[in-house]
Amino acid sequence: MKVTILQFPGTNCEYDTQHAFEGLGATTEIIWHKSESIPSDTNLLVVAGGFSYGDYLRSGAIAQFSPVMKAVSEYANNGGKILGICNGFQVLTEAGLLPGALKRNDGLHFISKHHHLKVENNDNIFLEKLNNNDIVNIPIAHHDGNYFIDPDGLKDLYANNQVLLTYTDENGNSKNPNGSVDSIAGVCNKEKNVFGLMPHPERAMETILGSDDGVKMLQGFLNV
Amino acid sequence: MIKAIINVSLKAGVLDSQGKAVHHALDSLHFKGVNDVRVGKQIILKLDTDDKTAAMENVTQMCEDLLANTVIEDYEIELV
Repeated sequence: MKVTILQFPGTNCEYDTQHAFEGLGATTEIIWHKSESIPSDTNLLVVAGGFSYGDYLRSGAIAQFSPVMKAVSEYANNGGKILGICNGFQVLTEAGLLPGALKRNDGLHFISKHHHLKVENNDNIFLEKLNNNDIVNIPIAHHDGNYFIDPDGLKDLYANNQVLLTYTDENGNSKNPNGSVDSIAGVCNKEKNVFGLMPHPERAMETILGSDDGVKMLQGFLNV
Repeated sequence: MIKAIINVSLKAGVLDSQGKAVHHALDSLHFKGVNDVRVGKQIILKLDTDDKTAAMENVTQMCEDLLANTVIEDYEIELV
């Protein structure tokens, strides 16, 4: 199992992501955004979190035109599995590989804390180790995590089971930290090979650090 | 040389949290009669051309590709 992790100028979660996947037994490689190809033995491509290009213009807006992104699109179109975490989610929406967009949080504050999430659809490799309606405790750390999609797009998401996770309290009641449409925290594409979420499963790998609920999420990819 | 002034703002119907916060602040400063506040951004380009038609076409493409995210934002272009 080989996980390739993208690194842009300003990415800062690539080593956490590497540590998390290596802890699960995967081999990893971090590739710089100037690379024009994805290693051919890649089983999962992760667009890691951070602040690519300083979030200039919009979060993820500049990164979508990095040299590596053409290869990323080809990889996705050929059915390759991609996971975008936080800024990676923003990059994938900007690149049009995932539907919707991420706006400034409604409260205008940067939010950094653990938050509960509810599994909405587990009929995909990302969440197959979990059950629908399971509650997981995963850190969030973002300024632009307010998921927006127009009503028609939202209907499509529900029709195709593309809503992966929603923000809740510990009992599974909806609790919206940032103003996201229907409290959506993560989505996938229609073909279910491109996944994006604002919370950081790679930061929830050990109970001593507050939660190990990220293990079951990332483990889903190990069978790829 | 043509100067392109591009105004990018959130689409009508997309909640503008910054606009709302500024509206509250104006209220608390007792500025009355403000109906609505929208906060956007302005991008100014200096173009190496005198052909306004070509410039408009070019800048529109720039907005569609990069300068605005048309999922949530509208843009207006003024050439001077």
